[in-house]
Amino acid sequence: MKRRSFIKRTAPVALLPVFINGLSFRSYGNSPLLQLLAAKASINNKVLVLVQLNGGNDGLNTLIPLDQYTNLSNARANIMITESKVPKLKGFDKTGLHPAMTGMLNLFNNESSLNIIQAVGYPSPNFSHFRATDIWLSGSDSSQYMNSGWIGRYLEDAYPGFPTNYPNTDMPDPLAISIGGVVSQALQGPEINMGMAISDPTAFYNFVDSVVNPNPTTPSEKELAYIRLIAQQSDKYADSIKAAYNSVATKSTMYADTTAKNSLSDQLKIVARLIAGGLKTKIYMVSLGGFDTHSNQVNTTGGTETGAHADLWSKVSVGISAFLDDCKKLGVADRVAGMTYSEFGRRIVSNASLGTDHGAAGPSFVFGTSVNNTLIGANPTIPSTVGAADNVNYQYDFRQIYTSILQQWFGLTKIEAAGVLLKDIDTLPIFKSTTDIKNSEAAIISLVDNYPNPFENSTTIKIQTSGGLTQLKVFDALGNEVATLVNKVLPSGTYEILFEAHNLASGNYYYSIISGSSRANGVMLKK
Amino acid sequence: MERRDFFKQLSSTALAPSPTGKGRGQGETPTTGLNQYIGTWGNVQVLHLLRRTLFGVKQSELNSFKAMSMSNAVDALLNVSATQPPPPVNAYNNGTAIDPDVPAGQTWINATISPNFSFQRRRSVKGWWTGLMVNQESTILEKMVLFWHNHFATEGDTIQVEHYMYKNNVLCRQYALGNFKTFVKEMTVDPGMLRYLNGYLNTKSAPDENYGRELQELFTMGKGKDSKYTEDDVKAAAKVLTGWRIDNTKLQPYFDSNKHDTANKQFSSFYNNTLITGKTGTAGANETDEMLTMIFQQNEVAKYICRKLYRWFVYYDIDATVETNVIEPLAVIFRNNNYEIKPVLAALLKSEHFYDSLSMACHIKSPIDFVIGFCRQFEVAFPLQTDYINSYNHWGYLQSLGAVMQQDTGDPPNVAGWPAYYQAPQYYEIWINSDTLPKRMGLATVMVYSGYNRGGFKLIVDVLAFTAKIPNASDPNKLIDNMLELLVPRTVDSAVKPILKAALLNNQTQDYYWTDAWNAYLANNNDTVNKNYCTNQLKLAISYILNLAEFQLN
Repeated sequence: MKRRSFIKRTAPVALLPVFINGLSFRSYGNSPLLQLLAAKASINNKVLVLVQLNGGNDGLNTLIPLDQYTNLSNARANIMITESKVPKLKGFDKTGLHPAMTGMLNLFNNESSLNIIQAVGYPSPNFSHFRATDIWLSGSDSSQYMNSGWIGRYLEDAYPGFPTNYPNTDMPDPLAISIGGVVSQALQGPEINMGMAISDPTAFYNFVDSVVNPNPTTPSEKELAYIRLIAQQSDKYADSIKAAYNSVATKSTMYADTTAKNSLSDQLKIVARLIAGGLKTKIYMVSLGGFDTHSNQVNTTGGTETGAHADLWSKVSVGISAFLDDCKKLGVADRVAGMTYSEFGRRIVSNASLGTDHGAAGPSFVFGTSVNNTLIGANPTIPSTVGAADNVNYQYDFRQIYTSILQQWFGLTKIEAAGVLLKDIDTLPIFKSTTDIKNSEAAIISLVDNYPNPFENSTTIKIQTSGGLTQLKVFDALGNEVATLVNKVLPSGTYEILFEAHNLASGNYYYSIISGSSRANGVMLKK
Repeated sequence: MERRDFFKQLSSTALAPSPTGKGRGQGETPTTGLNQYIGTWGNVQVLHLLRRTLFGVKQSELNSFKAMSMSNAVDALLNVSATQPPPPVNAYNNGTAIDPDVPAGQTWINATISPNFSFQRRRSVKGWWTGLMVNQESTILEKMVLFWHNHFATEGDTIQVEHYMYKNNVLCRQYALGNFKTFVKEMTVDPGMLRYLNGYLNTKSAPDENYGRELQELFTMGKGKDSKYTEDDVKAAAKVLTGWRIDNTKLQPYFDSNKHDTANKQFSSFYNNTLITGKTGTAGANETDEMLTMIFQQNEVAKYICRKLYRWFVYYDIDATVETNVIEPLAVIFRNNNYEIKPVLAALLKSEHFYDSLSMACHIKSPIDFVIGFCRQFEVAFPLQTDYINSYNHWGYLQSLGAVMQQDTGDPPNVAGWPAYYQAPQYYEIWINSDTLPKRMGLATVMVYSGYNRGGFKLIVDVLAFTAKIPNASDPNKLIDNMLELLVPRTVDSAVKPILKAALLNNQTQDYYWTDAWNAYLANNNDTVNKNYCTNQLKLAISYILNLAEFQLN
C-alpha cells in the first residue's frame, strides 16, 4: 500500500507536518498525540451507531418550537402541523416532536434515552447536498477540503497501521461496518477506508488468494492492490461476522415488519445482532434517504401531520426505538449509543409545492441508555415576517457533538479528540455523568430583547445574565455570522450592547447568546 | 506485540499519510497530452480503446478494429446511428395485472399515463435500456448514454411518470454525441427533469431553487476552484426558470407566463453582473436561453465537462499535470467547436495521453460494465427479441444485478449520479467493497457453471463457443495467453498461468492432453467424452480468471 511505500521513502524519521490539500495534517512521529495514544491502556467496549438522514431534514417540522407557533405558521402555513397534535417533550413544554415520532418521544419522556440538540450546524453553511455532506462526514470547516472522514481518523488513531496486521487478538473484527452496499465516506481514513460494507451478514465468498502489492507504482497497480485488499479483508472477516450474526436472535418485537419497507429498521436489526453476537466492531453506519423534501413533504389531504416527512420520521423513530429495545433485551444497551444527522436543515418559509428548500442548521438526536436525557439549546426565534431565504442559524457546531462522543463515549482526552477533529472545540453535556466543562461558569440568560426593532442603522440588544463567559453572535438570513458583539466573562447584571449595521443589507438578523452549552435566541429586522 | 510497543515502533518510522493523498504517487502521472498517438497499434491499444468505449470486448471486435488504423477505429466508434431504437413494450402483464390500455408485446409510450402500471412500465424502461446495452453496436453510444444519465442524473422513482423517464433516456440518446449547449436547454425543460428537480413547481410566488442550483453545481459549472457562482445566483436562476410546467396530456413542457417572475434577475460578478431583464408573456421563456448563454460564456463549463469525460474514459485523478496537458486543451477544443461533444471525444480517444501505459488498466469496472461487459465478451445468448417476455425478464435480471452491486440504472442514488465519478479520494474504488466484490465473483461463477434459468431460457457462458473464437485454442499456452489478453487488461501474477494450464491439462504435464481433446472435440462435436472434458477444464480455467482481482479492472 501507499502507506508503506511512503514509509520506505521517508524512513527513518520524518517529523515535518504533513499537508493534504493544503491543510495541515497531523504529524505522527514523536508528537504528543502519539505519546498520548501510546499511553492509553485500552480501547473501551463502547459502540457508536451513526444514522445518516440523506437529503437535508426539515428541523422545524421535526423538533417543533411551540412558543414560535404564530410566526412559524405565517411562514409555513401549508406544511405546519396543527399545534394541538404536536406532543410536548417532558419538562420542555415549549418544544414538541413531530407526531409521527412516537417511539422517540417515548425514549425522551419515559425511557430517559434521548438527548436532543437544537440547531446543529457550522459557520458559513453550505447549501449544496454534496459539499454539505462532505463537511459533515469529514468534520471540516465550511471552507476546508479534507479527504478523510472524522470516524476514519478516529479509527486510524485507535487502530494504527490498519489494515496491516489486522485482524489480531486485540481487534479480531472489522473496525467499522456500513450496513448496505456502500462504505460511508465518514470511515475514510487518511490513507484507506477503515470500514467494510455488508448487506447480508451470512453471504460471503471465498476469494482466490493473491498477494497485495506493497508498493504499487502505477495507477493500475494501485487499483489492483485495492481490490486485492478488499478481497482479503472480506475473507478474513467473513467468519466472525457470520458467527456473530448467527449466535443471537432478534429479541425486540418493535421493529417494522417487512411490508413497512422501513430499510432503516431492517439495517438496525442487523446491527443489534452483530453487537450482541460479540463483534468488537466500534462503529456501525446506517442511513435513510428521502429527506430532500422540496415538494409534498406533507399530504394535500389527511392533515399536515401526514405525508413524506411524517413517513420518514416514523421510520426513523420505529427503527431507533426498536433497536434500543432490542439492545436492552440482548443485554448490550449500556455499550450502545447512536446519533442522527442530516447534511443541512431546511428553509423557514415553505414553498407553494408543500415543501421546503435547502437550509442551514437542524436538530440532532443522540440515543442510548447512557445519554443525558435532555434538550440542549433554545428554540430558534422566528420573526413575524420571514424572508423566503431566511434560515435557522446554528447554535451548536456539529463538531461539538463529535468531540463529545469522542471524549464522553470513547474516552479520548480533549487533546486526542482535537487531534481527530483537527479542531479544539467545547463539548456538550450529551452523556450522563459528564459535566459540561464550561457549564459551571455558564451564565443563565434570563432576558433577551433589542430596541428599536425594526431598526435603521443600529439597535441595542439587552441581555440579563447571572454572570459567566458569554458570547453574543449575530447571523444573517443565510446563517452566516456577521458579528461577534460580546466574547468575555460578564458579571451578573443587565447589559445593553449596541449593534451597528450601517453596512449590512436590510432583512432579518438572528442572534444567539452563547454561554457554555446554554443558548438564548432573538431576531431583529433591519429596514 | 503489545499495543504500546506497536505505537513506539510506529513513532520511530513516522507513519504518516502520503503527501499526495489518495491519488497518483510521484512518477505515476502520464505527462503526455493531446498530441495524436502515433505509436504501436497492437492488441493492447485496440483492447484498451474498446474496453473504455464499449461494454466488454468480443474477439470479433478486437479483430475488426485492429484491421483499422487507430484514427479510423476511433472515428468508427464515434459514428453512431441517429435512428432511435424501437420503444419499450408491455412485457409485464401477468395473471393478476393486465394493462387494459396496452396489448401485450406492444409499446405503451403512446398510451395515457397509468398510475396503476407506472411501476411496471418504469421497470420495462430499465429492461429495455439494458437490452440496448447488451445488444449495442460497436460504437460508443451506450457508454455515452450512461455517461449522460450519470451527468444529468434523474431517478425514475421520483419522476414517477413512466413516459417522462423514457423520454429522458431518449434525450440522452439523441444528444449523446451532440451539442452540449442545446442538450442543456432541452434537459432544462425535459418533463422528467422538471419533475425530478421540482422545476414544474417553481413559481413566482414560491420559487423552488432545486434545478437552479443543480444546473450550476452539477450540470454546467461544477464546484471546481474557479467556479464562483453565489447563493444569490442560485436564487436568481430559480427565478429565471419560474413558469415551466408540464402538460400531462400532451406529455410536453410548456411555459406558463402567469407563474413566471417578471422582476429583473441580477447575477453576481462571477457572471459579470449580468442583469436578465424580467419579461412578461411568452417572452418570459426567453430568459432561460439568456441565462444559459450567460452560463456558457464561462470557460469553467467546458473544463468541468472535460473533467467528467476524463474521469469516465481515462482515470479519476486529475492533478495539475493532467489539468494542464489534457483538460485545458480539451476544453479549448470544446469551446472552439461550439460545445459539440464529438470533436472532444475524438481528440481524447486519439491522444497520446489516452494510450499512455499509465492510463491503461486503471479503471475499476462499474457494475454495469461488469454485468453487461461480461455478457458481451462471452457472447452469452439471449432469448429472441420476439420472445419479449423472456427478453425483458432476462434483461431485467441483469439490471437487478447491477442494482445490487450499487448501480441501479434509471435510479441513481441522487442528482449527482454515482459517487464513483465524483467522490474523492476513492472514486471508482467505491464500487468495490466487502459486499459488492463477493457479488461480482459469485455472479461470474454462477454464469459459468449453473447459469440463470427463467421461463425455460438459461443465460450461461458457452465456454466451448467462446474458446472456439480464440486464436490458437488448441495450444494450451497460446490459449491461456490469448484468453487472458482478451479478458484481463494487464499482466497477471506469474503464479496464474501455471494454475490455468494445470486446469486445462487436468493436472497432467503434457500439452497434448489439452490439444488432443480440443482437436477431437472440433473434429466431432458429438464426441461426448472430449466435449465434456473440454467443457469441464475450460470452466475451471475461465472461472479462475473471473475470480482474479485483475478481472475487475478495465
